[in-house]
This record gives sequence, C-alpha cells and structure tokens, in this order.
Amino acid sequence: MADLTSNFIGIKSPNPFWLASAPPTDKKYNVERAFEAGWGGVVWKTLGAEGPPIVNVSGPRYGAIWGADRRLLGLNNIELITDRPLEVNLQEIKEVKRKWKDRAMIISLMVPCDEDSWKAILKQIEDTEADGVELNFGCPHGMAERGMGSAVGQVPEYIEMVTRWVKQYSRMPCIVKLTPNVTSILPPAMAAKRGGADAVSLINTIKSITNVDLDAFSPFPMIDGKGSHGGYCGPAVKPIALNMVAEIARHEETRGLPISGIGGVTTWHDAAEFLALGAGNVQVCSAAMTYGFKIVQEMISGLSQYLDEKEMALSDLIGRAVPNFVEWQHLNLNYVTKAVINQDDCIKCGRCYAACEDTSHQAIAMSEDRTFTVKDDECVACNLCVNVCPVDNCITMQTLPKGALDERTGRKVGNYANWTTHPNNPGAVAAE
Amino acid sequence: MSNSPLTPGIVAARLPAAAYQSNFADHEPALDRHEARVAADRCYFCHDAPCMTACPTSIDVPLFIRQIATGTPEAAAKTIFDQNILGGMCARVCPTEQLCEEACVREAAEGKPVEIGRLQRFATDTVMVKGVHPFKRAKPTGKSVAVVGAGPAGLACAHRLAMKGHDVVVYDARPKAGGLNEYGIASYKSTNDFAAREVEWLLKIGGIRIETGKALGRDLALADLQKSHDAVFLGIGLGGVNALRAPGEDMKNVRNAVDFISELRQTSDKSTLPIGRDVVVIGGGMTAVDAAVQSKLLGAENVTIVYRRGQEKMSASGYEQDHAAQAGVRIIIHAAPVAVQDGAVEFAYTEEWPKGLTVTSQTFTLKADQVFKAIGQTLSGAPEGLKLEGGKIAVDGHGRSSVPGIWAGGDCASGGDDLTVTAVKEGRDAAEDIHASLMA
Repeated sequence: MADLTSNFIGIKSPNPFWLASAPPTDKKYNVERAFEAGWGGVVWKTLGAEGPPIVNVSGPRYGAIWGADRRLLGLNNIELITDRPLEVNLQEIKEVKRKWKDRAMIISLMVPCDEDSWKAILKQIEDTEADGVELNFGCPHGMAERGMGSAVGQVPEYIEMVTRWVKQYSRMPCIVKLTPNVTSILPPAMAAKRGGADAVSLINTIKSITNVDLDAFSPFPMIDGKGSHGGYCGPAVKPIALNMVAEIARHEETRGLPISGIGGVTTWHDAAEFLALGAGNVQVCSAAMTYGFKIVQEMISGLSQYLDEKEMALSDLIGRAVPNFVEWQHLNLNYVTKAVINQDDCIKCGRCYAACEDTSHQAIAMSEDRTFTVKDDECVACNLCVNVCPVDNCITMQTLPKGALDERTGRKVGNYANWTTHPNNPGAVAAE
Repeated sequence: MSNSPLTPGIVAARLPAAAYQSNFADHEPALDRHEARVAADRCYFCHDAPCMTACPTSIDVPLFIRQIATGTPEAAAKTIFDQNILGGMCARVCPTEQLCEEACVREAAEGKPVEIGRLQRFATDTVMVKGVHPFKRAKPTGKSVAVVGAGPAGLACAHRLAMKGHDVVVYDARPKAGGLNEYGIASYKSTNDFAAREVEWLLKIGGIRIETGKALGRDLALADLQKSHDAVFLGIGLGGVNALRAPGEDMKNVRNAVDFISELRQTSDKSTLPIGRDVVVIGGGMTAVDAAVQSKLLGAENVTIVYRRGQEKMSASGYEQDHAAQAGVRIIIHAAPVAVQDGAVEFAYTEEWPKGLTVTSQTFTLKADQVFKAIGQTLSGAPEGLKLEGGKIAVDGHGRSSVPGIWAGGDCASGGDDLTVTAVKEGRDAAEDIHASLMA
C-alpha cells in the first residue's frame, strides 16, 4: 500500500485529504468523527472577530441540482461563518488538536479588513497549537456585503496587504483561500505570493442561484419568499476548479507556490486529478456532506491502489500533468483522430446519431437495422458521440498514424505543427 | 369441518377468507412517485426509439418517460392516450417483455429494460384517478357509426370516431361493456373494477351510446345497421372455443377456460367459487396460464398445464410461464389428451416433425376432478356475406372488409396478434379510415 503521508508547507498529515472549512468542521463533535473516519486534516470553519457572533438564517441554507436518480451534482449554500462564540471554538480546537496530534489542524479566519482586527485574532488563536491559518478571502455571500470574504479576494491589493499583516503578526504557516468570482485567478494568486503566503487554496464557492421556485417566483434557497445568491460547490464545479488550480501551477510568476486543491472532489480519482494538475493536497466538503465522512476510506484505498499500480510516490504525482497543460495555440493541428463505434458493445440507442446528425457534423450513418457507423470523410473527431454514448468505451477515438490519409481533408497526417506557424494565421511566424 | 386444498372434488372456500384478498390483489402494484422518477431516470431517450417501433400502437415511449421524469405525468398520459386510448389497460396486460421492453436498449445493455409498462400505468393512473379526460369532441359531423362489440377494438374505434365529431352507437352482446378487458383477463391484472372504470372514463369524450345485451345475428341484423348508420365497425372478438376432440370432452367437469375466467372476474367474493382439488388445464396460451394460476389462487392443490407442443411454441410469454411456475403450476409439454375419464385425463406424448405433430403410444394419466380447455378461440356468428381469411373476417390494412361500408378489427379480423394493444390499434386505425371515407 502506497505511503500517503503528506507534507504540505511543513504541515504533516497521514494523508492528503483534508476537510475544507465549512459546516462539517464547525465543532469538536464533527471534527472528531471525521478524524475517526480517517481524514488527514481539517480546516476549521471560519472564525470571525471577537464579540457577538454572526447570525445565520433559520430557513433553508442549501440549494441543489441533481442528476439521474437524484444524485447530487451541485450544492449551493448561504450559510455564513461560524455562529458560535469565538472562545468556544478556540477551546474546542485546542482540545481536538491535543487529542489528534498526527492530524492537520488549520484555522480559517475572516475579520474586517484592518490591521488591528487581524492582529487581534492572530493573537487569540496563538494558544490553540493549530498547525496553520487559512485566510478566507473567498466566501461570496453575506460576508462579502460586509466588506469581507470575496470582497477582499476580488482586490489583489487587499489580499497582499492582509497576507503581509498575517505573516508579520504570526509565525504560523499561512494559506490564502481564493475566490473564483474573478475574471482571472492569476492576479489574486500573485498578490498572495507577494504578500508572503505559504500557499493558496482554491476554489471557494461560486456565486449562484440553483433554481427558481415556480410557484413562489423566488430564487432558491428561499427565505420567507426571497432568495439571495449562494456559493456553488460540489461535482459540478470541479472543471472550473481544476482549470484555476492548473493556471496557477503553470504560470511563471506563481509556479511553485503550494496549492491546496478544492472544488468538487468526490472520489480518489478527482483528488488524483487535482494533484496531477499541481495541488499539493486536496480539501473536500460537498462529498462529505452528501455521503458522510466514511468516503475518505475509498479515497485512501483508491489513491493508494493507483499509486501502487503506477509505481509512483505521492510526490511523483503532484504536478505531473502541469507541463501538458498548454495554451490552445500550442496544440498539434496535424493530430487526427476518428471516432470508432464498437459494434459488439453498441446497444443501438442511437444517441450518437441524434447528437451528430442534429447538432454536429452528420458523420454517423444509421442503417435500417440500427447499425451505427462513423463516416470517416465527415468525422472531425469532436468527441460528442463519445460523450453522449451511455456505454463506457463503446465509442473510442482512434489516432491516425503519421502518413495516413485523413478522408475528410484528403490530406496525409503530417508532423507536429500548431497555430503559431499555420498559414491561415495572419500573425504566424514563418517556419524557416 | 371447513374445506381445504385437500378436500376431494370441486368445492368452494378451500382457503381462509383473507387468502382470497391477498391472492387476487394487484399482482404488480403501481409505482409510487419516487419509484416512477427512479425508473424514468433510466430511459436513454433513444433516437427513433426501438420501444416505440415495437409498440403496435406506436406510443412515443421516450417522450412520455421524459415527461414523467420532469414531473409532468399528466402530459405523459396525454402522449400515451394520443396513440392508445386504452393505455391504462394495456399498461396492465400488455406482454411488454415481448414488445417495448424486449426492444429496450437497456435489455440489450444489461438485461434489465426500463420498466415501460409500469411507467405507463403510473402516468395513465395519475390522470384517470383524477377523472380528467384530456380530449374534446370536434364539431358534430351529423354522421353516425355503428360499432359492434364493446371490447378493446370497438372502444378504441368508437372513441376516435367520437373525437372526430361522429355519433357512435356501440352494441355488445354481454351485459357489460369492455369485452375481454371486462371478461377475459385474470382478476389480479385488473383490480378494483378497472375495466369498467376505464370504459366510464373513455365515454367522457361524449357522443358515444352503449347498448348492451344486443348480439349480432340475434338482436341485430347487419343489414339494418347498414341502413341506420353511415358506417359499421365489427369488433366482435372470437366467440367460439376449439374442441379437444377427445372422448369424454362433454363430461360435466370439463369447462371452457374463458368461461371460468369470465366467472371469476364477475364474482366479487372469490371464496364462493368452487374449484377442483386436482385441476388440469389443456392449452399453451395466456388463457391457459390465467386459468391455471387462478385455479391455484382459489386453493386447488395440484394444477397442471398440459401443452401438446414444445415450450417455445407456447403463446404464453416466458414471463407468463414463469408467473405460472411461481404460483406453483406445473407445466407438461409435448402431450395431447387421449380421453377424459372420471376423475382423470389420459394423455399421450407427442413428437414434432417437420410435417406436423404425431401422437406416440406412450401415455400417462393425471388425476383431474376439473378440466379446463384453453386451446384457442374461433370466430363464431360472423355475418353472412363477409369474406373470411384463415377463419377470420378478411380486412385490408385500413380495416376495410370485403363489403363497402363495413370495417372490422381486433381478434375477429385477419392479421395482427390477438392482443389488447393490437385490437386498440386496429380499432383506432379503422376509425381514421372510416372518418376519411365519411368526410370525403
């Protein structure tokens, strides 16, 4: 069994699976259950400044979208930071950390954007023996209206300023949690780096309305006939998160900045993908909220098996796919594939045909007896048929070898060549 | 001392009262809303869907299932009724495992088709329970059509004609409308008087008058119907029963299975029905299975179906055969009756040859204090002057008989399987043709 021991910016945990700062990590009871189940670490639910705690709504806090068989695909929440007194949280964090020394304990923080507030909270948590802090610059709902959360995360100057204060007033490792509610994730990541952050974590949730109640004509979750936008998470946001993680991992200014990957991690496979695109560990929330803490056991066994099969160490996986994450202009325009339908596996549903005929390139033929075949002279290899086919691996993409004839273009498959040198590109650099 | 399955002879009340209730309850209970959603989620929404092609009435199955999945079973029901006004009964009695569900791509993919029949029932029940009838009559045309036979073919024909604005009179020989839906289907497939409720619901279209107790050839003459109506549709079913052609057939413990099934359906207290301790059913179709299973449910100790050919030739579907086996019915194949004796039937084994069936000299005897004949029905009382084909009224693809102005459909007409759903299609299509010819 592969060694999953993780060392993220000096913080050790028995595995790279942490619970993200969220409702599951709001109190000792839950966190201890998580540790008993096997989670490597937790980021405690965000603490606010001392004083009367914030107040949450007492109507629905979550909205959702579902796939077939009511499988939860996306979750949206309007819950704010912890609504428990600061001293209670601090006491519990200390108790849990003392009892579970091998697990990572990170404290998420969100206080008003002034030096004194940050100085004060950092002092108050010093005594907890926690392993690090995570600065919540991400929450897009509620707290943002009060100038915190994503209101900070959307302004790189603020990120840099607050990070600097944190590094100045605390010796703890500092993770800056980024909001995806920005045009580009790079300026916030660069700002965190400039401010001295030890790592960034991303993504926080995405501004969203999951659905509209068509009787009450209100967005959902609906509180007394009104709805507010919430933060979107769960499997649906994984593609967005993967891209943002990878952008930071490959950019020359941010390359090497440790990343804690967050966003729709549901299985070991999702986690492995985040790691391959540059995350040093992952944080999970929605999957635990959907299935309970036990899922970490599948994540542990799955990642171990994968690493064993690949004969890789965990550290070999981290960032391994980053060099292959390139810009479109560097993709090989002379690479040609064709869809191939395996007739033995085909169940003759005709979805590939409908998709191709109605919405793509009319490259699939349908016979009287419902045999579906690809027309190589029409197939542009868009992959839509593969994506809509209900049978795994029934339709595959076959690569044409160099020199083979592409029946669609009438040209033979040539050597690597991309857009930067393509004759149709007005800005092409002529190949000498 | 009360009766039990072991009581000799043909007696009633072999079981405790409560057993009859559970034995004759809905054999495949309706899906609830959640189950329907889960079942509907499995549909792939195939292109040019094979299930739709396999359905004799061409119900747009993927569309109605998607309408269920998106929370609009009412719209799903409309999609079904557009093609098949008896979609409620068909959902209960169709051999879906030989039709839509056999064609379902998930049958090919994993041997578990989408539960189309049960989903259809979910949708149609939703609307029928509310008493909503989703069709309106067109403006009256002033034309009148006689429909003979209030079975599936006649009712489907009458509804479609009424919808087009014609006045329809439906005549039926029996005291109740419904035909085989009312008299010929196993009780556990049509519980809570569903057939009668379906007729009542169907008649909400308006413009249809039903006259029961009127038999063609006895109370009605075809010539008179032709005179008093602009067109005639015959959906008279198959009134005759094939003979065993074995000595002892006329003994009083030998009965037509269709009569037994009909009596069962019309009896609310099943404990009053006498049944043998040892029951033998001769035949290999749905009627044989329905008679055998219900004999068992009435408390017979031993029930045996005996069929003269091989299992693959049985017209009862594999699903029906399994159902019989689960109910405790024994099926013997390749045996034909030689003689009915007092308390027993003697059979001879048969052999099948390319040229036909031969009876061997090897025989066996089954104890039988009651024997049901279920070896097929025949057309009886067909009016003079109509051309027949294979013992049925000859019709073309539009349901036109050899006599202008007379159409026919359902079991009495040539072509198509003798299924409820086929009868509905033939009645519906004949109505379209009648309408076209009346309005030409």
